[in-house]
Amino acid sequence: MTSVDLTTTYLGLELRNPLVVGAAAPLSESLAQLQALEVAGAGAIVLHSLFEEQIERDQLELHRHAIAGSNSYAEALSYLPEGALCHGGAQSYLDLIGQARSRLGVPLIASLNGFRPGSWVQLARQLEQAGAQAIELNIYAIPTDPGLSSAAIEAQVEEIVAEVRAEVAVPLAVKLSPFFTNLSALAARLVAAGADGLVLFNRFYQSDLDIETLELRPNLLLSTPHDQRLALRWIALLHGRLPVQFAASGGVHRGSDVVRLLMAGAQVTQVVAALLRHGPQRLVGLEQELRHWLGEHGYATARELVGCMAQERCPDPEAYERVQYLRVLGSLAPPAWGECLAQPWSGAGEATP
Amino acid sequence: MACHHWDFLERFDLLAGLMPGGVLLLNSPFTAAESWRRLGERLRQSIRAKRLVVWLIDASAVARQAGMGPHINTVMQACFFAVSGVLPRDEAISRIRSSIEQAYGRKGEAVVAMNLRALESSLEHLHQLDLAAAEAELEAVAKPGPPPNVAGAGAALPGAARPEAADPSLGERLASAPAFVREVVGPLLERRGDSLPVGALPCDGTWPVGTARWEKRNIAEAVPVWHSDLCVQCGKCVLVCPHAVIRAKVVDPAALAGAPTGFLQAPARDPAFAGQSFSLQVSVEDCTGCSICVEVCPVRDRLEPRRKAITMEPQRPLRQAGRRHWDFFLSLPEQPRAGLNLHKLGQQQLQQPLFEFSGACAGCGETPYLKLASQLFGDRMLVANATGCSSIYGGNLPTTPWSANGAGRGPAWSNSLFEDNAEFGYGLRVALDQQRRSALDLLARLAGGWGDGDGDGSSGDPAAGPAPEVPPALITAITTARQENEAEIFEQRQRVEALKALVRHRMASGTDPSQAGPLQQLLEQADALVKKSVWLVGGDGWAYDIGFGGLDHVLASGSDVNVLVLDTEVYSNTGGQVSKATPLGAVAKFAAAGKAAAKKDLGLMAMTYGHVYVASVAMGARDEHTVRAFLEAESYQGPSLILAYSHCIAHGIDMAQGMAHQQAAVESGRWLLYRYDPRRTDRGENPLQLDSPAPRRPLAAAMALENRFRLLSHSQPERARELAAAAELQRQRRWAIYQALAGQAGPGARPGQEVNP
Repeated sequence: MTSVDLTTTYLGLELRNPLVVGAAAPLSESLAQLQALEVAGAGAIVLHSLFEEQIERDQLELHRHAIAGSNSYAEALSYLPEGALCHGGAQSYLDLIGQARSRLGVPLIASLNGFRPGSWVQLARQLEQAGAQAIELNIYAIPTDPGLSSAAIEAQVEEIVAEVRAEVAVPLAVKLSPFFTNLSALAARLVAAGADGLVLFNRFYQSDLDIETLELRPNLLLSTPHDQRLALRWIALLHGRLPVQFAASGGVHRGSDVVRLLMAGAQVTQVVAALLRHGPQRLVGLEQELRHWLGEHGYATARELVGCMAQERCPDPEAYERVQYLRVLGSLAPPAWGECLAQPWSGAGEATP
Repeated sequence: MACHHWDFLERFDLLAGLMPGGVLLLNSPFTAAESWRRLGERLRQSIRAKRLVVWLIDASAVARQAGMGPHINTVMQACFFAVSGVLPRDEAISRIRSSIEQAYGRKGEAVVAMNLRALESSLEHLHQLDLAAAEAELEAVAKPGPPPNVAGAGAALPGAARPEAADPSLGERLASAPAFVREVVGPLLERRGDSLPVGALPCDGTWPVGTARWEKRNIAEAVPVWHSDLCVQCGKCVLVCPHAVIRAKVVDPAALAGAPTGFLQAPARDPAFAGQSFSLQVSVEDCTGCSICVEVCPVRDRLEPRRKAITMEPQRPLRQAGRRHWDFFLSLPEQPRAGLNLHKLGQQQLQQPLFEFSGACAGCGETPYLKLASQLFGDRMLVANATGCSSIYGGNLPTTPWSANGAGRGPAWSNSLFEDNAEFGYGLRVALDQQRRSALDLLARLAGGWGDGDGDGSSGDPAAGPAPEVPPALITAITTARQENEAEIFEQRQRVEALKALVRHRMASGTDPSQAGPLQQLLEQADALVKKSVWLVGGDGWAYDIGFGGLDHVLASGSDVNVLVLDTEVYSNTGGQVSKATPLGAVAKFAAAGKAAAKKDLGLMAMTYGHVYVASVAMGARDEHTVRAFLEAESYQGPSLILAYSHCIAHGIDMAQGMAHQQAAVESGRWLLYRYDPRRTDRGENPLQLDSPAPRRPLAAAMALENRFRLLSHSQPERARELAAAAELQRQRRWAIYQALAGQAGPGARPGQEVNP
């Protein structure tokens, strides 16, 4: 069992296993955290996202507070220490990449978050210069302008990818939301624009409504294994059709989740929620579970799994398409609903497949 | 000459020093023609006579659009150099541009870009007033008929058809004020203090109270507006208002008969006031526009949730009606104090505040506590105020926010030094105690002779006729009176008034010359027979640091004083220097790399005496707990210490959210709510009641809400993480200590009890 080979390649990087730590600030903000992730066995680490607009907002907010009440009262010119009021923008992020590269062996992928073409893409080059071995571009926006067409949005995404591609030589992955009219077409355009990898999918942290106080409540819901279905389907549909690698993101909690997503066609799986819940050590368990499953089922390498259940190779290709929905719906008998819906995903056994 | 705030035009004689042909730059929110009309005839005449060139800029709008919020400095600076001729215009602008890049470069590109945007936009929006056109427009408005077609001055002037009446001048406003306000405060407010003779100032240094109400600063762009249909009359907005501009009254509906148009009221919801009318009013001219009231309002319109029971609306259109409504509101009778249930916030907040319209920052976290104390105890309160913010806004002469009620009773206030304020307040207590003892002694000595004749002091001159007698029952009642609540204190005050009337009568009707002196003494000291409330007030710089030795001494003395520490966790008044109350991890001046030591636990230290009442409160977390603690502290006949969490601009927060920050501090366990009452020990109970729930918000998340903590994550991220981890450990340790102390097996305490509500 120990002879199972878990190594893989992703974005041109050699990984010890297909367990990639996904972009999330609480996981990768400090060198110590990165070290812990490496020790626990991460195949690669995607650093937390660098939000260009967040930097801008922070700078303006700091400035606003720095001048609050300044030069207004007789006994004080200001109320916050001038010396501490510096905002280096992306510098601390760049410093972290530099430090991590000099001390760690695990491949490091920088994550850049934005939603519009513009000068911020130059940050990509700074990330590369600081030592990032690949860049994951997270394109995230809620389009609320009713005058903005889907075509224009897709063109904008394509433009951003092309602009970043022009800035850097390192491999480039693009993390997408599932909300596009024809993801296959968009994926093809992005690959043509220079994407080496597609990360499916971004999860939106959406506010909750407090129905008592009539207020919005920020509410971070961590993923569950159910959340992997959408990525599983789309990776299975697209695998083999485009010259690009896929990373599955969302809902990776158990070794069997990794198996499932690799089978669908993911080169690697990104893990976040399981690490936020259980800490870096969960990587050790995931690797063991994956190794155990592969060994028990007679696979010599994890790479063999990749894409074996993708649409182009699986025994029932139509099952990934709409017809499956009708079949499943038709098979549901009322008494089964309760069981089906109530089955806990975190129990000892597998969730309803 | 540049005037950055329109309302200063009426307040000061701006043109006095301007030479003929000079330049006047005005920050005006109005169109050209409307600006000219609103200047008033006196100013217009001066401008014509001096042939001034007038420039206008709506700096507030330009700054807002550039993203600078209310800060107009960059805009006004650019305009000043553009029109003043101090430097050639292009050179001046170019230098301002490089100065912006230099000054804000460290703060980031976004800050530089914002200021440059404001600079460019300033010059685009700056325009010279076309005097001829404005005069023609003014004339057209004055004379009925079709308006002329005036170019460049806003031909369709919205305000022109129905011009508002001008605001009253300071002189007009002060017409009904006391003579001292008219003759001394008025000239000082107009910056004409040099014209006052020395003799105009009180020779003993005392200053009449209730003077801040005459200022009418009109500084708020937006003020709260009450929606009586939604309001549940909870009193929270009244409680948190730092400037006492929101007030509530419950009155007989008949009292509203003469109410001005638009005066709002609603049926009182509290069953205790069945059949009466409730009114909430805002003094729009005194409001600072902080909007903290809106933030704490718990009520939303079910169908339009953006609308709360109180919302912010532009001040200027509300000013005139607001003035009438406020004056009428003040004329309504106050609710009798004795009948109020002070443990119900909605009722307690009907008490008249005797601390109003201070010069504290908009949204100040300290002043609501002082206002609360003035409501609860103001009519018998003496305040010894340590130097600091509270001494500045508390004695911001020529006006003071401390005031008096309709009977002329209010807090007596004085400021003392950082290093001796506790002793100063202790001195007030000693003096009062001495006066009370002396009054009791006089009563005892003189009673016999007046009462039943069984004493030997009756040496009255028979020729003087029968003197009025002080009934023995009155003397007994005075000397044995319990004064533990409003009703009992009210009754004692009535008794003492009756006593004083009798003594006065006695003196007037002639008395034994040997008794004249003692009678006069009794008259002077009788007021000490009514319970007085001595408060030692100051910030953490005073209580934790510089005045700590003295404070400790006074606490140890066992004297009946109440100490209110307005804990902003930093030296606020002098600009945010670190104090021993500054929490671990916070950035402050002299701790730019974050404070590495834990906050001193002043409350725990005071508890070790055993005889000190100690409470730790945060109004924004639990307001009724705060009121309860104030009442308990004041009623305790020994030293009481209240540590009051006070949000502050030095925390780097949005002050409108100040109460939410207090809540976050409590929910994360960074600030604990508790009451330590030595009287409980006497009853065999655990004296410490831990009133905080177990921490339920991550400390790091709560700290991240305030820039005093966040700053460090930008400048020194590693150290910020280390200090945050240390702060978390310290929080856990402190919570465990307090839990243990509160759960100690006193006879009445339940084992394992965590929270004693």
